[in-house]
Parts: sequence; structure tokens; C-alpha cells
Amino acid sequence: MHSDVLKSKRTLLLIAAGLALSFLVERSGLVSSYVLQILMYVGINIILTLSLNLVNGYMGEFSVGHAGFMAVGAYMASIVTVWVFRNSLGWLAFPVAILAGGAAAAGTSLIVAIPSFRTRGDYLAIVTLAFNMIVKSLLENIEALGGPRGFLGMNRLTNLVWVYVWCAITIYIIRNFVYSNYGRAMLSIREDEVASNLVSVNTRQTKVLVFVISAFFAGVAGALFAHLVQFINPRTFSIQKSTDILVMVYLGGIGSIFGSILGATVYTVLLELLRPLGVWRWVVGPLMLVVLMITRPTGIMGLREFLGFVPREERAERRKEGTAIAAASR
Amino acid sequence: MAVILQQTLNGLQLGSVYALIALGYTMVYGILRLINFAHGDIFMIACYIGFFASGAFLARHLPTWAVFASTLLTSMVLTALLAMLIERSAYKPLRYAPRVSAVITALGVGLFLEHFTLATLGPAPRAIPPLLPAANYNMGGLTISSLQLMIIVISIILMLLLDTVVQKTMTGMAMRAISFDKTVVPLMGVPVDRIISLTFAIGSAVAAAGGILYSQAYPIINPYMGVRIGWWAFIAAVVGGIGNIRGAMLGGYILGFVEVFTPTILPSSTYRDFVAFTILLAVLIVRPTGILGRVAAQKV
Repeated sequence: MHSDVLKSKRTLLLIAAGLALSFLVERSGLVSSYVLQILMYVGINIILTLSLNLVNGYMGEFSVGHAGFMAVGAYMASIVTVWVFRNSLGWLAFPVAILAGGAAAAGTSLIVAIPSFRTRGDYLAIVTLAFNMIVKSLLENIEALGGPRGFLGMNRLTNLVWVYVWCAITIYIIRNFVYSNYGRAMLSIREDEVASNLVSVNTRQTKVLVFVISAFFAGVAGALFAHLVQFINPRTFSIQKSTDILVMVYLGGIGSIFGSILGATVYTVLLELLRPLGVWRWVVGPLMLVVLMITRPTGIMGLREFLGFVPREERAERRKEGTAIAAASR
Repeated sequence: MAVILQQTLNGLQLGSVYALIALGYTMVYGILRLINFAHGDIFMIACYIGFFASGAFLARHLPTWAVFASTLLTSMVLTALLAMLIERSAYKPLRYAPRVSAVITALGVGLFLEHFTLATLGPAPRAIPPLLPAANYNMGGLTISSLQLMIIVISIILMLLLDTVVQKTMTGMAMRAISFDKTVVPLMGVPVDRIISLTFAIGSAVAAAGGILYSQAYPIINPYMGVRIGWWAFIAAVVGGIGNIRGAMLGGYILGFVEVFTPTILPSSTYRDFVAFTILLAVLIVRPTGILGRVAAQKV
């Protein structure tokens, strides 16, 4: 049941078609480099949004320092390509760098997760926030990494194909995680932590696991981002960035893979379209967040799922559930 | 020795301001269980109100002390009104929503205030004119400025006043009652909505006072000034025990000393954020409810 997405030939075909399309778009010059860049941002944001949705949407915890993990991934991957590989090997070094970035972020998340999951509620919010600030402050003070001036020297290794591949990997892994036994445990924590503990769900272990997976993909996104803009600086990964990711999660819809894809795409494209507004552009995001929270706090998709992501055995049930949610919200 | 005494005085000055701002975080948290992340930006708005108000009053050729007093009052009143407006329009609709929604809204409101100020008033920093007498007194190598003394004294008076309001008046009793049990208190005839609005108003007015005092010591203001100071005050509230008013004051002074003494111990003052947030993490791990916070049993 876990891998019925891949077993179904149509899905495989779709993924392959997407890969081919990304090659075509990247190589053919059909779209301008500006559009290409935005497409890559959309992809990176999908990875970020989906990974944060795992903690905030599916598990019901509240993490606000996602940019901190992204920073760890971005710096680690840049160190690997610039210092370890010295920009040799071309794109062959890139997967290693990305995995290193993801692993570094996952490792750091353990340090955050173990103390902060002793208590529930606002503490994770405060701790993750503190973590984001500490990472930023440390990076600003480490001269070897460029301090406040930032780190550069990376080649532009990120292209649409890489972004697509990692997007697909992220969606595939997170989708299968959500519908696995661990995923059920995660959902039960959101619904009622005490009750799930009573039916012998190891809540602490599950929470740490979910948090580490989430951080890993944030690190991957950071690595892709670093090799796209070829210049990273601690201020890029401030709390502002974390808030942007939060907006995308809550815009698209909590607890929904399709919602995350939608939220990341809509928000990224919207901010680009609003570019002529100048400074006022930055007023839109926060305002949207506030209005969204008041009018529709679960987001566009809001706990509903595009049925293509739901295991076949559950589709009938989810369809019923979807109409029930729609009826309740009306 | 003189250096340490001097720095202690500076720490007291800065700590007073942090304590004043931390009070707003802690009062709102105590009553609504909401981390009001917009509070730092409300502080920034208060400074801008102070900037325009002081300009307007100075143009009328009032004596300096009168300008200071009226600037302080104007800023406190207008900031309180703004906070009540924010509470009514953004937080009240979410009172029975999941708590996370309200916290995210608060983050959004904070960013909105920052960027709105940036968009309307521009990014250029502005300088608030000095309104308090700045005479220096020398006492055996120790320089005490009258400005510093005024900031410390006014802050302590405000804090004592607030403590009295919360501990001795009916309104304060209602606030404490709401933070104790939000469902039963309305049944006792306490106007919950009004008390909550009032809490926001008082917390923000105190932060506004902190802002005016702060901008007398550090006169440069810009749209992003609330971010760092807001976070520091927030750490102060959490370290002291969020929801506990005396804890916020204690936390404020601790953070003031941290900021002042960091450069004397570590190579550079840029480490101060790192130190502050590390202290926050350490306190949360050792004593999750803060230094003066009560340990609440989790109800099932």
C-alpha cells in the first residue's frame, strides 16, 4: 500500500513526463531566464512548504524557525562544493553537497528537538525561534564563513531539472510518510497527544522523527537555493524568511500535500506579479496572512487532499470526508 | 571596578526599557495565552508617534519638560488606541480558534506594521530631539548622567504603578481572574472583552513609555528597530516567567545586563543575540516556565 503511487504506471509516466518537460524547458530556451528562475524558486518553495507542513500541519506543532534549518543546509552544501570539491567535478558533486546540506540540517534539528519536545505548546515555537536567531547570529560572527558579508564562490549548479528531481523526491517521501504507520502516529499526535500516548504511540520518538525529516528537506531546499543565487548571507535566513514559509503553508492549507504545492506556487508567483508595487509588495504578505487566519485559518485546501495523493483504499472515505468538511465550512 | 559600576548603571538603564516592553508580552500572555509577536513593532510605532509629537510640541515653543511630558502622554494614549484597534480587528475574531492561528496572526500583524511604516515613512532613520536634561555628574570616576537617572526612575515608577493596578484594583483583579480561568470568569459578571482590550491598552502604553525613554537614550529610530528590541523583551518575559509581571521586570534587567556585559566578556558585541538566545534556551531546558513562573499541571 505504501508505494501504490509508484506501482501505478500512470504516476510513473507522469513523473517521467515531468522530468522530460523540465529538461526541455531548461535546455530549449522556450522561456526566458527570468521565468526559469521563478520556476526554480517555486520548486524550492514547494520543498520548504511541504517540509514545514509536516510539523505544523500534520503534527499540529508550531515551528517558526524553518529558515534556520534552511541556512544550515545552504551553508553546509556551499562548504562542500566550494571547499571540499573546490568547484571541481561539476554537477557530479552536487548531489553529495545537497545530501550533506540536508544531513547537517537534520543533525542540528536533533539538538533542537530533543529538549524542546519535553513540553508541549508554545515552547517549540519559542525554541525554534531562538534557534533561527542563534543560527543567524552565529553565521554573522564566523569570519571564516564570511560573517555578515556572506558566503560566495558557488557555481550555479542548480537548474530546473535538479529542482524538479528534488521536488519529486520530497513529495514522494513525505506523501508516503504521511500514509505510513509513522504518519498515522503523527496524525494521532495532532488530534490528541494524550490519547495517542495511551494507545502506545511513542509520541516523543515520533515527534523527533517528524522534526528531523522536516529539517532535512529544509536543508535540501537551502542547498538548492544557495547554488541558485550563488551568494548566501545570514540576513537571507532571518525570521522574515521563516514567516514567508509559514504564509505559504497556511495559504495552501495545513495537512495537505496538494495544498503546499498550491500555496508555494500561488505565493511565489503573486509576489513576483506584485513587483511593480515596490515596497508595498512587502505589506501584502503579512496582510494576507492576517486576513487568511481570520477568514479561513486552515488555508485553501485545509486538511483536504487532492485524491491523487491519497492511497486508493482510502479514496472513497476521503471523498466523503471532503464533502463533510466542505459542508461544515459552508 | 569603576567600569563594572558604570556598566551596571548602563545595564539598569537598558534593563528598565526591556522590562517595560516585556510587561506587555507577559500581560497579554497571562490573559489570552497569546504570544503577541507584534508587540515589538507596537514599540516602534510608539517611537514614531513620539518623533512626530515631539516635533509638533517643540514647534509650539513649550518648555522642554512640558514637551517631554506631553510627548510621553500622546505616544502612550495613541499607542494604546492602536493596540486596542489591533486587538479588536485581528485577535478578537480568533479568540476561540486554535491558539496557533492567533500566534501566526500576531507575527503577521508585526510584519505588517513594519512594512507599512517602511512604505509610508521610508527607510531613512530619523532622530528624536533630546527632551530630557543631559547633565553629567562625576562621582569618583563614575559618570552618572541625569538622563540615565531619569530613565531608570520613570521606569521604576511606571512598574510600581502597574504592579499596584494589577494587584490592588478591581480591574487588576479581573485580569488575574481571567488568566486563572477564562471560562468561569464571564459567569461572575466580569466584562471579559473590555478587560482584554484594557490589558492590550495598558501593556502597549507601558511599551510606548519604554519607547520614548529608549529613544531619549538612543535617539535614532527606523522601521525595523522594534524587531531586535521586541525579541529581547520577549526573551526577558520568557526568562522571567511569561505571564508573571514581576518575572518580566526581573527578566528585563537580566537581559539589560547581558547586553551590556557581553562585549566585556566576549570579543564583540555582535555576539549579544547569540548570548541572549542561548540564555533563553538554557532557561527553557532547565526551568520551562521561567524563573518566577508557576509550574502548571497538565490537565487531561
